[in-house]
Amino acid sequence: MNAVLLTHPWSIWTIIVPLAAAVLAFLVPRRAPLAGIITALSVALFVAATAYRIFLAGPHIQLLGGWQAPLGITLRVDGPALIMLLTSGLVGLTVSFYAAGYFTAADRQERRQQHYFWPLWLLLWAGCNALFLSGDLFNLYVTLELVTLSSIALAALNGSSAALDGAMRYLMAGLLGSLSYLLGVALIYGAYGTVDLTLLGQTVRADGLSRAALALMTAGLLLKTALFPLHFWLPPAHASAPPPVSALLSGLVVKAPLLILFRLWFEVFPDTATAGMAHLLGILGCGAIIWGSLMALRQQRLKLLVAYSTVAQIGYFFLLFPLARGEAAATAWVGVFLLVLAHGCSKASMFLVCGTITRLAGHDRLTGLAGAGGTLGARLLVFALAAVTLVGMPPSSGFIAKWLLINAAIVTGQWWYLATIALGTLLASGYVIRVLSLAFTESQSPPLPIAPRILRWPPLALAVVALLLGLAAFHPAVLTLAGAPVSGIILLEMVP
Amino acid sequence: MSVSLVYTAAGIILFLLGTYGLVAYAHLLRKILAANIMGSGVFMVFIAVAGRTPGAPDPVPHAMVLTGIVVTVAFTSVALALAVRIARTSNRAHLPGRDEEQR
Repeated sequence: MNAVLLTHPWSIWTIIVPLAAAVLAFLVPRRAPLAGIITALSVALFVAATAYRIFLAGPHIQLLGGWQAPLGITLRVDGPALIMLLTSGLVGLTVSFYAAGYFTAADRQERRQQHYFWPLWLLLWAGCNALFLSGDLFNLYVTLELVTLSSIALAALNGSSAALDGAMRYLMAGLLGSLSYLLGVALIYGAYGTVDLTLLGQTVRADGLSRAALALMTAGLLLKTALFPLHFWLPPAHASAPPPVSALLSGLVVKAPLLILFRLWFEVFPDTATAGMAHLLGILGCGAIIWGSLMALRQQRLKLLVAYSTVAQIGYFFLLFPLARGEAAATAWVGVFLLVLAHGCSKASMFLVCGTITRLAGHDRLTGLAGAGGTLGARLLVFALAAVTLVGMPPSSGFIAKWLLINAAIVTGQWWYLATIALGTLLASGYVIRVLSLAFTESQSPPLPIAPRILRWPPLALAVVALLLGLAAFHPAVLTLAGAPVSGIILLEMVP
Repeated sequence: MSVSLVYTAAGIILFLLGTYGLVAYAHLLRKILAANIMGSGVFMVFIAVAGRTPGAPDPVPHAMVLTGIVVTVAFTSVALALAVRIARTSNRAHLPGRDEEQR
């Protein structure tokens, strides 16, 4: 039994099952929610089996059809991929349950949304998992396009004018980003004759051409990750989509180009990237943290507030580039990957809560929501639980992640990043408290009806998982370093 | 070598022209056409890369261009479908500016 667990290519099923289910859901729309739930449960199982295999037997490379690189397609099943798969499994599982309750076939418009949601979401899921496991630049391009295309269609799902404009803006940004990335791939293939990450890592020279290719690919991916100041497309697209879609876009999809960036910078071009380029990304990250938080503080609609919070949190991920230096490399690496997991769970949970509140109240204007009693108070409690992780309060996983980043900033002596992390935390508590203060406002309107059970439990489960993950952060932290391009010990200059 | 260089340069010029068009024009159809010109530029660079080896051309970039064309066709069709929906829903062929959104 153990031998099968440790040798079977579990990770491949996380791509095949959603892909097959997407086709099924499109052909037999009436059974689509059932197919979605079964897929969600099995993907979660396959991710768990992959984690178990990496934990006991270490990272491995999967050759599709037994073909070796550079001709064949290789899947890299390592620690960074696993953390992404875990995020995808957790967010995907809960959002699938929520979506099964959210998209009911009540009227014609809803039936249409349900009809298209499941195939697109399952296709998106297959694309995400394939991207996380991809081991070469060109497959990363193809899978990134699968992710972007299905995300765009999902963002336009409810067909409102705002959603269509948001999706179009998303598409234009995505197209510009992916073609810029592809031009970089062309230059790399022209210079080195391969697109395999491992082979490239061994042969890349730190010359002008490599630097130009890295700059092109990075610029394209920054646009796709929506790093400040290239974030213009994110808030309208994320805020005008249906809630389960917003949760997926913010919790999962923005992390896809991010992983490519990490792979490029740390595995393929560790010597090509200069300290100045790393600091540029770090400074843009700081800009994102401050600007995104300030914009979140100013929003009048709940979903836009949460969307701008995503803009801010994306900034933290980019602190990895300047912080992962020297002996602090492993500390910053683990911190950022834990943050990816923490942010995925907490942000998806927050968007799902927004969705429940919007459905019950019929709108998401902050001024029109008030009252502690009954449904709104209970929903805001879940929002608060998720926010504990987002802001980074102990004992949540968000706290451990930010604590590691702060330690990396201290070890490398880069105090300005520490100051930004602290300021970002303060601003985050500011916009979260703005939402929670609704519970302490006198209510003028009649209380909201009680939400159906399926719209209550998934966000709560995600928020609790994100919170408790902080207490069990050791195993994910160790797994993050399995096969990672950085090594060393996790330094703790300050112990909480 | 020099022929390959000419094609690479032409590809990069097409890419830059397309980028300019995508950013500068407001009309959605023009944006979509500009993106296709960008894509053609990138494919041209790939083809130039394929021709750089002496003797028979390298087949791998050809396969990549074919995949790239499929992706671009998919993107173009989604973009056109969205543009048609935007034209039907809000009766315009461009995205709203900052002022229009606030209204």
